[in-house]
Amino acid sequence: MHNQSITQLIAGLRNGDYSSVELTRYFLDRIERLDPGLNSYITVDAEGALAQAGIADQMLRQGNGSPLSGVPIAHKDIFCTQGVRTSCGSRMLDNFIAPYDATVVSRFKEAGAVMLGKTNMDEFAMGSSNETSFYGPVHNPWDRARVPGGSSGGSAAAVAARLCAGATGTDTGGSIRQPAALCGITGLKPTYGRVSRYGMIAFASSLDQAGPMARSAEEVALMLQVMAGADPRDSTCAEESPPDYAASLGQDIAGLRIGLPKEFFGEGLDSGVAASLEAAMAQFRALGAEVVEISLPNNHLSVPAYYVVAPAECSSNLARFDGVRFGHRCHAPQNLEDLYKRSRAEGFGKEVKRRILIGTYALSAGYYDAYYLKAQRIRQLIAADFRRAFEQVDIIASPATPGTAFAIGEKIDDPVTMYLSDIYTIAVNLAGLPGMSIPVGLANSLPVGLQLIGNYFDEGRLLSAAHRFQQATDWHLAAPADID
Amino acid sequence: MIGFASLKTEDAGEGMSLERQEVEKIAHLARLAVPEEDRETLARELSGILDFVEQMSAVDTGGVEPMAHPLRMAQRLRPDRVTEESRRELFQSIAPETEAGLYLVPKVIE
Repeated sequence: MHNQSITQLIAGLRNGDYSSVELTRYFLDRIERLDPGLNSYITVDAEGALAQAGIADQMLRQGNGSPLSGVPIAHKDIFCTQGVRTSCGSRMLDNFIAPYDATVVSRFKEAGAVMLGKTNMDEFAMGSSNETSFYGPVHNPWDRARVPGGSSGGSAAAVAARLCAGATGTDTGGSIRQPAALCGITGLKPTYGRVSRYGMIAFASSLDQAGPMARSAEEVALMLQVMAGADPRDSTCAEESPPDYAASLGQDIAGLRIGLPKEFFGEGLDSGVAASLEAAMAQFRALGAEVVEISLPNNHLSVPAYYVVAPAECSSNLARFDGVRFGHRCHAPQNLEDLYKRSRAEGFGKEVKRRILIGTYALSAGYYDAYYLKAQRIRQLIAADFRRAFEQVDIIASPATPGTAFAIGEKIDDPVTMYLSDIYTIAVNLAGLPGMSIPVGLANSLPVGLQLIGNYFDEGRLLSAAHRFQQATDWHLAAPADID
Repeated sequence: MIGFASLKTEDAGEGMSLERQEVEKIAHLARLAVPEEDRETLARELSGILDFVEQMSAVDTGGVEPMAHPLRMAQRLRPDRVTEESRRELFQSIAPETEAGLYLVPKVIE
């Protein structure tokens, strides 16, 4: 049952092959059996899940099913879930029971989905390996000594190990696409503004975007349909109604112009990854796409600009965690300043503190122009590169990551090296474009991801390209060993 | 072709380096307690990150408009009507310390 796609599960539930309660129990059993070796969940809500499954069964029996009625999914622990702990991977929120649902969460509820639990993540989504979580690292299901990527590493590992049918993630600099690539699944970061950020704990508000993670483009399209659309509670959420993504899947890609940024295939790219990408491009050509070389000359500046913009926004967003209204408070504070300083020092982990300090510095008097304003100008140059590229091509294809999953512990003590593992994904967030990662092969027995980047609000075209590729290949069906 | 070699921190030249006292000042601005023994390491780590981002300064950005946000959208306004009901009790149920509907903190005024 765990190898069935969301589409197959929807059909199975509607045909009465199994009930949602049976399906939910089945996944809960798998989590209990397999997750101790993976640590992909922070919280499993068995009781809540079975109650939701019971309701879904009732609705299905009455013929009142919603799009995802009875399908077991998981949410990244960055989304507020009313009555269920929402930790954001941090000691700061270890005791935080969210008093309301994020818009993404309520939309999945309305669509009838069953929430199995909340997935592990880098603390406050700051990390590329899931090692900064207060709840310990997640292990990559393909090789448990390796990282699943981050920050949505728990979601990626849970989908890859079939511990849920699909999961939500968030992506500020690659946090959906990079773990999707390293775990061999399909993940989509929509255009900034396509999905509401209400109730999604903020890291860098001009970059954060929620998106779906599943095994195939077809499933991701179903989930995106549920997530996307205007929200009066998020003023940066786009007003335009989303198109019918399932209909987009059928689009022909003959004549599709795919651009390969020459700067992305140079030094630093693993040769095994490069070989898989080359084979994938040959497949796209065979499907009728036209592949041309393009240039994104300022991409090398994306990581430096990001490590000013994101920490600056994070230092401002995380100022709310002060030990007063919710979250961790230190023991016996001497005075208010001591309360703030010790609560924050105890509640935040190393990487979060580093970023708060960098951001505070970059925004402080005398440094604002040299860092923050400079980074915003570079951001404009990066966005302009993409605007020029999309005058020539329909979508852009590139590696999602420089290499396959790295070992746990390999990069954690070297922040800058860790930051560079997002060299191919970060520019997409700075520009606000949609991007996805799809599995296109194995190198050294580990998954390789291809990144597809689209123009603003052109998720449909990305999904159709990914879907056509997946109809012709079966890399998205490859599963790690030891998950039965 | 631009590869990783040009991105390595050691190629960033002299770059920025933060002193321990500056770390102390920034930590105060951010209201973060940083123990004495961690300041040296932190100064080194933060300097490494600043060195890395320093490569931005080599780029001529004269005349380039700063981009604060990915979408050019105007902030929309909603009608000024009450839509949320008071849920003080629920919100305070997760607070560290409250009394009579108020959040408690150490005494601020002597």
